[in-house]
Amino acid sequence: MDLGIEVDEARQPFVVVAVRGEVDIATAPKLRETLVELASQGAQKVVVDLEGVDFLDSTGLGVLIGGMKRLRGLDGDLTLVCTQPRILKVFEITGLNRAFTIHETVDAAVAG
Amino acid sequence: MPGSTDVVLSLEIPPRAEFVAVARLVVSTAAKSRRSLADDRVADLTLALSEACTNAIEAHGAKDEVERVTIRVDEDDERLVVTVEDRGPGFDLMELSAHPAVTDPDRLNFERGLGIPIIRNLVDEVTFSSDDSGTTVTMVLHCPPSLGELGPDLLDLDEIDLEAAWDDAGLDEEGSR
Repeated sequence: MDLGIEVDEARQPFVVVAVRGEVDIATAPKLRETLVELASQGAQKVVVDLEGVDFLDSTGLGVLIGGMKRLRGLDGDLTLVCTQPRILKVFEITGLNRAFTIHETVDAAVAG
Repeated sequence: MPGSTDVVLSLEIPPRAEFVAVARLVVSTAAKSRRSLADDRVADLTLALSEACTNAIEAHGAKDEVERVTIRVDEDDERLVVTVEDRGPGFDLMELSAHPAVTDPDRLNFERGLGIPIIRNLVDEVTFSSDDSGTTVTMVLHCPPSLGELGPDLLDLDEIDLEAAWDDAGLDEEGSR
């Protein structure tokens, strides 16, 4: 099962990473590679759009935590876009909804 | 397996990452066939299963693809029981450190180890048993029997106080908690 990832760099200084599909132990490495590459290219403000994600487990959470740490270490940040209750629930039960800034739309995320 | 249960399915997968999605699909399909189980509960079980399978595959490690991870779904009138068994080296549950509070900046040092807390949060009961021959995770969802599963000969709606039955089970008319 493939993970769809689209990177939109047209909304500088933000880079929007739209993720589509299921994020688990098999597919999360692809998202990790994308975030590491963006950070190495100098991206500081990354928005990960999870609206197209059907499933996300702790492996996906780990990748997002890693990306956020990496970017914050570069004086940047990683924020999220998510309104799906089932995906939000994963953040809520782990308490990570308080560690991440989660927006309802990409427009709101790049306005912040 | 506590009590008397019926086997719904038994599935063996190679300990490889791409098979976790297969396990999710198979187990969620089995859970959906239990019509008294609300969609949200099926989603909870699917996520818990994914976490257990992920841990099982990581326990086997990259070099051990001969052994299999076994997934079973059993049920009785009141429960759906999902068991994930691996043949990895086992672990000591007591040694798993608790994560710092979410208000603690050190929390972000923990990219891993979230799976077991997630499982504990999502299912009604969970037990872990582990030794040097493997680990077994048993996850239980409490759920009433589906009316359809009783069969037409056993089902007499005039004799059943449905509202009271739902109330007793803590469910609304849609079968949701």
